[in-house]
Amino acid sequence: MRALLQPHRVVMLVLALALVVWCVLNLRWDWLPKYLPMIGQGIWRTIWILVVTTVLGMALAVPLGLAQAVGPWFLAAPARVFCTVIRGTPLLLQLWLLYFGLGSLFPQFPWIKDSSLWPYLRQAWPYAVLALTLSFAGYEGEVMRGAFKGVQRGQLEAARAMGMPRLTILRRIWLPQALHRALPTLGGEVVLQLKATPLVATITVVDIYSVASRVRQDTFIVYEPLLLLAVVYMAITGLLVLAFRWLEHRVPARVA
Amino acid sequence: MKKTILTVAALLLGTAAVAAPIKVGIAAEPYPPFASPDAAGNWVGWEVDMIGAVCKAAELECVVTPVAWDGIIPSLTGGQIDAIMASMSITEERMQTIDFSDKYYNTPTVIVAAKGAAITPDAEGLKGKIIGVQVSTVHEAYVQAHFAATAAEIKIYQTQDEADQDLAAGRIDATQADSIALDAFLATDAGKACCEVMGAVADDPAILGLGVGVGLRKGEEELKAKFNAGIAKVLADGTYEAISKPYFASSIYGG
Amino acid sequence: MLGIIGATAAASTLDLLAWSPPGWGANLLRGLLNSILIATGAFWLGAAIGICGAYGKLYGGPVLRDLLAVYTTVVRAVPELVLILILYYAGTDAVNQMLVALGYERIQLSGLAAGIGVLGIVQGAYATEVLRGAILAVPAGQIEAARAMGMPPVLLARRITLPAMLSFALPGLANLWLVATKDTALLAVVGFAELTQETRQAAGATKAYFTFFMAAGVLYLAISLGSGLVFGRLEAWARRGQPGVGGASK
Repeated sequence: MRALLQPHRVVMLVLALALVVWCVLNLRWDWLPKYLPMIGQGIWRTIWILVVTTVLGMALAVPLGLAQAVGPWFLAAPARVFCTVIRGTPLLLQLWLLYFGLGSLFPQFPWIKDSSLWPYLRQAWPYAVLALTLSFAGYEGEVMRGAFKGVQRGQLEAARAMGMPRLTILRRIWLPQALHRALPTLGGEVVLQLKATPLVATITVVDIYSVASRVRQDTFIVYEPLLLLAVVYMAITGLLVLAFRWLEHRVPARVA
Repeated sequence: MKKTILTVAALLLGTAAVAAPIKVGIAAEPYPPFASPDAAGNWVGWEVDMIGAVCKAAELECVVTPVAWDGIIPSLTGGQIDAIMASMSITEERMQTIDFSDKYYNTPTVIVAAKGAAITPDAEGLKGKIIGVQVSTVHEAYVQAHFAATAAEIKIYQTQDEADQDLAAGRIDATQADSIALDAFLATDAGKACCEVMGAVADDPAILGLGVGVGLRKGEEELKAKFNAGIAKVLADGTYEAISKPYFASSIYGG
Repeated sequence: MLGIIGATAAASTLDLLAWSPPGWGANLLRGLLNSILIATGAFWLGAAIGICGAYGKLYGGPVLRDLLAVYTTVVRAVPELVLILILYYAGTDAVNQMLVALGYERIQLSGLAAGIGVLGIVQGAYATEVLRGAILAVPAGQIEAARAMGMPPVLLARRITLPAMLSFALPGLANLWLVATKDTALLAVVGFAELTQETRQAAGATKAYFTFFMAAGVLYLAISLGSGLVFGRLEAWARRGQPGVGGASK
């Protein structure tokens, strides 16, 4: 609190507050009540996509990292190629390749169109979730590779000497320590993932970005929805940063 | 050194607006037969030809400038472009933000759906169906006003081309758009294989507008007068017909 | 399974990628050139902003430091797509209003300039952090020694700090360059004719979506693999004469 009370910061805060008041009073916000339900739904969908894809992506990243760190070459090489390809191409392109490219090939095959999966393949969100999950897995696979490698040999050897089965070593010792090491990086990566979510609006998924675009397109008001969008993303980022800080504090520092 | 910096700056910033040619915005998406990119990297189509003809008749120097459709009006008001000739219908709603010249074409609006689908171009016939339309078009407004109550879902696309693609892919049941644009889609292999016209929708001039005009910034009366004169001249001296002939069997100027 | 479907679909449309019309190869390569041009411009603009930002954060007054903190925080919290839209629509408007207020004529920002400006500002925020860390990693003794010899600050930065920090900054900068090349794809959303946009148009016009997106993917991958090699060389060069890291010196 004292950090905020330095004279120059007080002046800056007052200026910032004045700016906010000016924005509220002088910009057009009359569209807000009409779109409020849509905005709420959009925020919810953005967070939903973020949570689902980070969890699924992380679940994929662990084997990817493990394969690259200690796997035999026939597992390590494909994992490595996967990570390189995902990290070497824009997510927007991957998304469009899956949705427009792959999606346009499916209906040519009657057995796909007649299958019980078709009602899902018809919609946009499975492609969005798939693309974002693969992307997160690609980046985190690389992070987890370093994290697995960084765990001290001695600990693993000690566990082995105690006669612990290999899966138990992974579950009890290796994975928790690797995750703990990766935690600070992961916080940043989840924020990057949040920043990637608006791309799904380009394949007709209605997230908060898409709602703001709608407002712009319906009312021709340009700046206000974008401003709101920036504030929403900053708020979510703030919450994520706080959550990860809390997580990092909760894990005892001694294990690392 | 200084000179190179100046040249680079001039290259980057472009020249001052006064001496610059009129930047005519088109939508940066394939919208045949009006405007679409070809393999040589040029924009071709009826509307591109029309831009050339109208500008020539109005004695304006014009450059075709592709911009994203969903940002085309902000681009105009923000000064990135000076006029819009992107098959934009003249509507009351748009008139609140921008100005329009006289119309230069007007065609009916139709619904296209999968071959043999039990769909008619009215609220009852689209009951429980997924309809795809392009964002901020008169068609989107029309579908929202007339079919929202009965349709299962209205999907909004950034380009009509993507809506066509998803119709062919079976992700939507029907799309509504300009009859000429949809005819062009139905003439492609994908379109021929999947879909057919289900009929024209009932007219609603308040939403569907009074034809397509040149979009201009408000208050630029001089430019508007020039465009109007250009359109009138092109219509009068037979250029309009000559340009339309390779594309359309009959005139699309409309009544 | 999906690979087979894709391969059969792609094989029948491969001739669409030919160099001259009716192939769309030239369009894709023109888009690639635009992408590289923007990425290069944005990278250098970002590096320039980054150097100023890093020095400001390290040696600037309290107000400057707080302002820079706001800049880096906001840019790193808001999606690039949103920043691009804000800067693209509001930025040009603001520049023009400023020019008019100062008595100059309105200018028209070309798509290229706007793209470089927008991505450069985004890159600048990340570069500020990378370079700040790198400057801090330069042994303080070297800088103090130069100062003790009476070297003026600009010369000190040019001769000592910047060259010495290069080896620490290069991995981060390499990463930023890759981000820059990939972020150019976002300009497709405002309709700028870079690689992704050209690909989308070619795909839309020919309906061969799978083929074109795959081809663009290969081009992007080639850029990133190629730059990886170049940056590896650069790093080895910047590190010449320094003791090896982690005792693995040759």
